[in-house]
Amino acid sequence: MSGVIDPREPVLTVEHLSMRFGGLLAVNDLSFEVRRGDITALIGPNGAGKTTVFNCITGFYKPTEGRLTLAHADGARHLLERLPNHAVNRRARVARTFQNIRLFSGMTVLENLLVAQHAPLMRASGFTVLGLLGLGGYRAAERAAIERARLWLDRIGLTPRADDPAGDLPYGAQRRLEIARAMCTEPVLLCLDEPAAGLNPRESAELTELLRRIRADGTSVLLIEHDMSVVMEISDHVVVLDYGVKIADGTPGAVRTDPRVVAAYLGVEDEEVEAVEAEVGLVLPSAGAEA
Amino acid sequence: MADAMREGTARGAGLAEILRDAGLYALVTLGLCIPIVSYRTDLSQTSALDLTPRWGVVAGLCGAIFALRLVQRMVLLRRDARRALTPAPRQATEAVDATPNAGQRISGLALPLFLGAALALPLVAALASGGLGPARYWIDLGILILTYVMLGWGLNIVVGLAGLLDLGYVAFYAVGAYTYALLATTFGLSFWLCLPLAGLAAALWGMLLGFPVLRLRGDYLAIVTLAFGEIIRLVLINWVDLTGGSAGISSIPRATFFGIPFTAGPNGFAATFGLSFDAMHRNVFLYYLILALALITNGVTLRLRRLPIGRAWEALREDEIACRSLGINTTTTKLTAFALGAMFGGFAGSFFAVRQGFISPESFNFLESAIILAIVVLGGMGSQVGVAVAAIAMVGGPELLRNLGFLKAVFGEGFDPNEYRLLLFGLAMVAMMVWRPRGLISVRMPSVALTQRRGVSGALVREGHG
Ligand SMILES: Nc1ncnc2c1ncn2[C@@H]1O[C@H](COP(=O)(O)OP(=O)(O)OP(=O)(O)O)[C@@H](O)[C@H]1O
Ligand SMILES: [Mg+2]
Repeated sequence: MSGVIDPREPVLTVEHLSMRFGGLLAVNDLSFEVRRGDITALIGPNGAGKTTVFNCITGFYKPTEGRLTLAHADGARHLLERLPNHAVNRRARVARTFQNIRLFSGMTVLENLLVAQHAPLMRASGFTVLGLLGLGGYRAAERAAIERARLWLDRIGLTPRADDPAGDLPYGAQRRLEIARAMCTEPVLLCLDEPAAGLNPRESAELTELLRRIRADGTSVLLIEHDMSVVMEISDHVVVLDYGVKIADGTPGAVRTDPRVVAAYLGVEDEEVEAVEAEVGLVLPSAGAEA
Repeated sequence: MADAMREGTARGAGLAEILRDAGLYALVTLGLCIPIVSYRTDLSQTSALDLTPRWGVVAGLCGAIFALRLVQRMVLLRRDARRALTPAPRQATEAVDATPNAGQRISGLALPLFLGAALALPLVAALASGGLGPARYWIDLGILILTYVMLGWGLNIVVGLAGLLDLGYVAFYAVGAYTYALLATTFGLSFWLCLPLAGLAAALWGMLLGFPVLRLRGDYLAIVTLAFGEIIRLVLINWVDLTGGSAGISSIPRATFFGIPFTAGPNGFAATFGLSFDAMHRNVFLYYLILALALITNGVTLRLRRLPIGRAWEALREDEIACRSLGINTTTTKLTAFALGAMFGGFAGSFFAVRQGFISPESFNFLESAIILAIVVLGGMGSQVGVAVAAIAMVGGPELLRNLGFLKAVFGEGFDPNEYRLLLFGLAMVAMMVWRPRGLISVRMPSVALTQRRGVSGALVREGHG
């Protein structure tokens, strides 16, 4: 396993992932890769199965079939589908945010960021025993944790609100805080479920800036996003999902012009499909069957 | 319901509407009264039923309900009018009244005040009633209240911090009491050795309960913990060989002053310290013992809140799924909450056994769990001061009523407020739900601050889902 590691090697490899809910096949034999240092976007219409893929990667669902391999830069490999839910974050170092924000709303912004550093703080407090007795290096560890939190607060511009309850923040700030909280777990891979949803253009711009920064600092990003301007602007690689099946996979430019993608996104409105067909100069099998 | 009502009044309900509403209430009362109140049934000597009509009482009840409803609507109308003038600053969040009340504002002062009062109580009581003997009532009441304060603080870890609704807390109280009683009567171990053992045993049982209920949430968790409490009690009743069944365990060794017994003999406490013998010495000692135990519980809880485990408990209460996404093992986090809460229950239980000298399963029924839970909920979940105030109100309140002479004049000579305890509970609960749905102290103090520690409004703090 040792030796020179290709920086472009995949950090996450998804192979033949399927997830079935009763009679519904939400994800169907999906395979793709997230390369180290990339921002990879996972897009698709509503109900395509994107959040389900996230839930499988982060251990909230056990996939019906498939293999999810996470590779660390030091060569360590983790099979995510076999790890218990919390170990996906703690051991495999995959962090995530949620489509509907899940902050600890009754705790302060700072406390939210400290909860994210639970594992190292727990060790420093001697699994509570030493901390309770006031022994060991817990105080120093807590100061370091607060420093890290402060670093992220500065990055997301929330330092003045550090002592306010998270539930009191405006929506955009809550989204940024959730990302910062995930980053405080020092992930190798950060999975973001529609981080730009409900943001105004200025906040969207701030978000892309933040994501670029995260990528530059060496964390790979897997991003679900409906806002195409954000996707096209920052992603290095795009995977398109429709009805649980991968319909395209490539650079943003290539995916944008892929007729199947265009059809999947516009498929609901007939006139537009026709317009697209005319533009692309192609009669799509599905559209043709429906017509 | 409350929302609908407020909406109704906001639309500018007239007097006629209010009258009609009150009339409706009176009508419902009448409907309820006809089968229940209107005829009094007595068995006559010939064992036939004698029916005594009581339409006067019915009319009185209907009138009272009508008047009460009228007053309530009027008050609500006035309040809404006042609210309309000053819009709440934070409309986006849940509409729960969360402005800091007097109780919260003084809570900074409250701690030293309480501590001073608690420390001085035996002395003050002795001075005021002229001697330790006559002060016995007050000291015993203090012991009782402090026991509930401690139990409330113990349960607060499980319910208030971790957000796990536990209706069977008394089980751990029982485990602690029986552990001490059995160890002391069969092996003759001293109280100070048994105390940690009792705590450990209770913590173990807490884990045992924790494992099966980990996957349960909300109502299901409450039902299973309630059943667990009952199972423990039934085991205590039925395992006669070990526990003595419903007869309980008697002649449990009484408390000693670190080995020196509270007896009149030459080796007794009084003789050793050159005092004249007084049976109350033991009670005073027990008072300070439970005070110390309660303060330890409080100190440990306050410290735990500032440690990662305490923050993880609170995070668990706020959002379990987010916790797991951050690498927190929710299983062990819940188990530690159960175990630590149970441990303090066990300490309190062994204190109970050493104080009473006699225990039986009867002391550990569901009502005890309900009282302890009520203390936590009334106090404001998670608030240490609130729990202490609630314990004083819930346990000391009925006692206070007993001493009010004029109540006897009003309700007759035989009035015993203890008989109305459940009624008072109910009234207190309803009143709290109306005026302070988040408990007496609904503000949560953050465990850490970058610049300044500011209270978090109870409207934002979740109550847990399990
Ligand atoms: N726990 C579940 N049980 C049953 N069906 C589910 C479950 N989770 C998701 N589904 C179904 O799987 C399909 C994919 O859902 P998913 O939430 O993954 O879509 P999505 O791509 O994230 O959509 P959106 O863009 O609206 O967030 C949907 O039809 C959904 O109803
Ligand atoms: Mg989704």
